[in-house]
Amino acid sequence: MKSDNEAILTGNHFLDGDHACCEGAIAAGCRFVAGYPITPSTEVVERIAQRFPLIGGIFIQMEDEIASSIAIAGASWAGKKSMTVTSGPGFSLMMEHIGLAAITETPMVFVNVQRGGPSTGLPTLPAQSDMMQARWGSHGDYEIIALSPNSPQECFNFMIDAFNLSEQYRVPVLFMMDECVGHMIEKVVIPEESKIKLVERKYTSLPPDKYLPFKPGENMVPEFVKAGDGYKIHVTGLTHNEKGYPVINAEAQDKLVRRLVNKIKLNSDKIIRYEEDTVENADVVVVSYGITSRVCIPAINEARAKGIKVGHLRLIVVWPFPEKRIREISGKIKSFVVPELNLGQIFYEVERNACGKADTYLVSHAGGTVHNSEDIYNVIMEAAK
Amino acid sequence: MILENPVNQFLRQDRLPHIWCPGCGIGTTVNCFTRALLESETDLNKVMIVSGIGCTGRVAGYMNLDSFHTTHGRAIPFATGMKLANPDLKVVVYSGDGDISAIGGNHFIHAARRNIEILVICVDNFTYGMTGGQVTPTSHIGAINSTTPYGNFEQPFNLPFLADSSGAVYVARWTAFHVHQLARSIKEALQKKGFSFIEVIAPCPTLYLRRNRLGDGIDEMKYYKEKSVVKNNADTKDVGISFKGEIVVGKFVDRERPSFLESMNVHYKKVLGDSYKTYGE
Repeated sequence: MKSDNEAILTGNHFLDGDHACCEGAIAAGCRFVAGYPITPSTEVVERIAQRFPLIGGIFIQMEDEIASSIAIAGASWAGKKSMTVTSGPGFSLMMEHIGLAAITETPMVFVNVQRGGPSTGLPTLPAQSDMMQARWGSHGDYEIIALSPNSPQECFNFMIDAFNLSEQYRVPVLFMMDECVGHMIEKVVIPEESKIKLVERKYTSLPPDKYLPFKPGENMVPEFVKAGDGYKIHVTGLTHNEKGYPVINAEAQDKLVRRLVNKIKLNSDKIIRYEEDTVENADVVVVSYGITSRVCIPAINEARAKGIKVGHLRLIVVWPFPEKRIREISGKIKSFVVPELNLGQIFYEVERNACGKADTYLVSHAGGTVHNSEDIYNVIMEAAK
Repeated sequence: MILENPVNQFLRQDRLPHIWCPGCGIGTTVNCFTRALLESETDLNKVMIVSGIGCTGRVAGYMNLDSFHTTHGRAIPFATGMKLANPDLKVVVYSGDGDISAIGGNHFIHAARRNIEILVICVDNFTYGMTGGQVTPTSHIGAINSTTPYGNFEQPFNLPFLADSSGAVYVARWTAFHVHQLARSIKEALQKKGFSFIEVIAPCPTLYLRRNRLGDGIDEMKYYKEKSVVKNNADTKDVGISFKGEIVVGKFVDRERPSFLESMNVHYKKVLGDSYKTYGE
């Protein structure tokens, strides 16, 4: 790859998902990355390491994923859009700092190029088995936002959305790729800079004596200040009040944790994104995300050719989950089919929101490759009976 | 006329009283730190204080500065990210022996190796105070802790030696008795361009002293006074501490070595030429 002094490489490219993810982060304004090498995500930081010195960014390869995931918190408070990149075992090590980012409302983006697990599992092969870990992996109650791209082009596009959402809601955003999407090479169109819409964090206009760093503002999100601006803020992972001071009691806990959760829940209609194909009047709706949203298309087409009315709902934002939409559909269809590269994760979300009004079928796969289209087809045919 | 204590401006008065026990050494170190800040005439808006978890980890919460109380053991990598993201900031990590040398030990040696321009103040009371007095990597051999009820048999870390051998440009050790020397050391270290480390031996009367029948805070101060030996420039491998033994204090290391950002800028300028714009300017 020829490096370029321009931050945004406007034009047509032939890139894999990992490299496109890097370019998306740069286009989003990310200028601090801390990471630790791990297959199959390493190409993201390798490209960052090559690109950043030429565009005023700073990359540091830390001593482990724990360090990486908190170095970006420090950088974020210092005013830089920041991310870290990892896969399975590294993602497990980062869980504590997803919680820290949630409670301290620190914008940070975590990229996870998913591989087979548990433990070292399948370092070089795909899975989608960290989807529940993304949602629930850190202890305590909190909400995150997670996106799932299915192509290198989406790795570029959705990274911009990931940073925008993280800055807008002051929440950790998890970018849930998989090994297939990370390593597939396709055309990626990088638009002109003027066509890229960025959301910048909202800095307060209040003077230090009037400013409360954790007082909810628009969309329940507090206004920001940068470290070093003279506000003398206190930021803690302890339960805190609007001033940021620790308060260790049930009332403060209720107030803070409910707001952290509601900040995403009550804004979820604005955050949720999915694509639908012929869901209205369908008998069977396939719910998919990531690489599986492409693998299931031949199966859907084959079933349609057999006269089955099959719709497709493809999740772009996986968390928060489109609960309302699944409930609406469930009253009108016979069944959902959920193919995923795990033994049942998003399947349970679909089943829960179907409320028994539609059957939910899982097409499970332990990972290591993608589904056979035929396996998905067979379940669609079964679900249509 | 009542004059205001010059330290007051550095404290979040609305958070007092603090949680530290009577006789605890942490408050004394905070006093020294504030005096060093006063004398060093640093722009206080640019001074960041970052703590991990534990009794000393609470320092960040009482300082009237931008202050960050992070996760257990991870103050140093947080500070690393903060310093690299904005080199104008003066970043100080303030934490305890458990936080810095056990759970955060890996970060400690790597930040020293990289020569990240931060000051790390480690209040070493040889125990985990917040959780009830468990053994730490600096607990002396023979010392009773709640998790070493028959006495500790593990070899403790000699933290100045660890910092020195990992590449720190400034290494000092004082006790909570050496308030003037400590304040001067902090002031000096704040001016260093690189990874600076100050270990402060401090009493934990509630747990460590009581369990080991070492008396109260005042007895520990007498011990520090009687058994401390100032040896500036001492070879750090010789400054290990034993139970009730001599405590070697002083400034052990004060050297120059390019910081992470200096090395990075020089290197990239050399290999990338004019296409590289010096970072942090």
